[in-house]
Amino acid sequence: MTITVLLFASYAEKLGASSIPLELGQGATVGDVLTSLQRLPGASRLPTEPLIAVNERYARRDQVLAAGDEVAIIPPVAGG
Amino acid sequence: MMRSAIVERAIDVSALVAEVASVTNGATLLFVGTVRETNDGRDVNGMDYTAYRSMAERELSDIVREASSRFGTTDIVVEHRLGTLGLGEASVAIAVAHPHRGKAYEANRYIIEELKKRVPIWKLEHYVDGTREWVAADGSKRAPDGEAAMVKAETRAQP
Repeated sequence: MTITVLLFASYAEKLGASSIPLELGQGATVGDVLTSLQRLPGASRLPTEPLIAVNERYARRDQVLAAGDEVAIIPPVAGG
Repeated sequence: MMRSAIVERAIDVSALVAEVASVTNGATLLFVGTVRETNDGRDVNGMDYTAYRSMAERELSDIVREASSRFGTTDIVVEHRLGTLGLGEASVAIAVAHPHRGKAYEANRYIIEELKKRVPIWKLEHYVDGTREWVAADGSKRAPDGEAAMVKAETRAQP
C-alpha cells in the first residue's frame, strides 16, 4: 500500500522534499514509516523520535496505517 | 461569535475585539503576539511563518472549543498569520469576552499556551546579519515535548 509522508520547515530542508510517497506492507505502523525514512539521504539529520501526525492527528509509533494515509513528521512547533 | 482562522494578511485586532463584543459580557481580553527585534541575543529583522495548514486549522479550532467549554464563553476569536512579517507586526491575536474578567484571562492564557504546544506552525527568523534560522519551540533551542502533545491529543479523544 502507498502512504504519503509530509515534511515541513527544517525537516523538509534536511530531506530536500516536502512530500514523499512510501510503499509499505499491510499492517505497517507509524514506526515502520520512520524506519523506511531512515534509508533516505539526509534522514540521519532527523531526530530519532520525532512528533508524528496521521491524517492531521498526533499519533503514536504503534498506530497501524491504511492505504492513502497522510503521515506528517512534525518539527518542534513554534507558533505564536 | 466563536471562530479561528489561519490567515495570510494583516490581522485587524480591533475587528477581533468587535466580533466578541456582547452586552452579556463584562470583560474583553485581547492578546496580540508580535515580531520582536531580538531573540536569544540575536538581532532580528523579520520572520517567515509556515504551517501544516489543514492540521493547524483543525488543532486551533479544537483549542478554541476546549477553551469555550472549560471557561464558559462562546465569544472567542483567534487568528494566526502566515507569510513574511516585519518587526512589530502581529503574528497572532486572541480575543476573548466573558461575563467576568477572571475566566476571560484564564481562557485567553489557555489558548495561547496550547497553541504554542500543539498547533503545527513554524517560524524562520531573519537576522540583521543576513542569516536565517528555524526557531525551535517557543524561541528556545530545547527539544520538543512530543509526548506531552500526544497525551493531550489522546485525552481529548476520550468521551
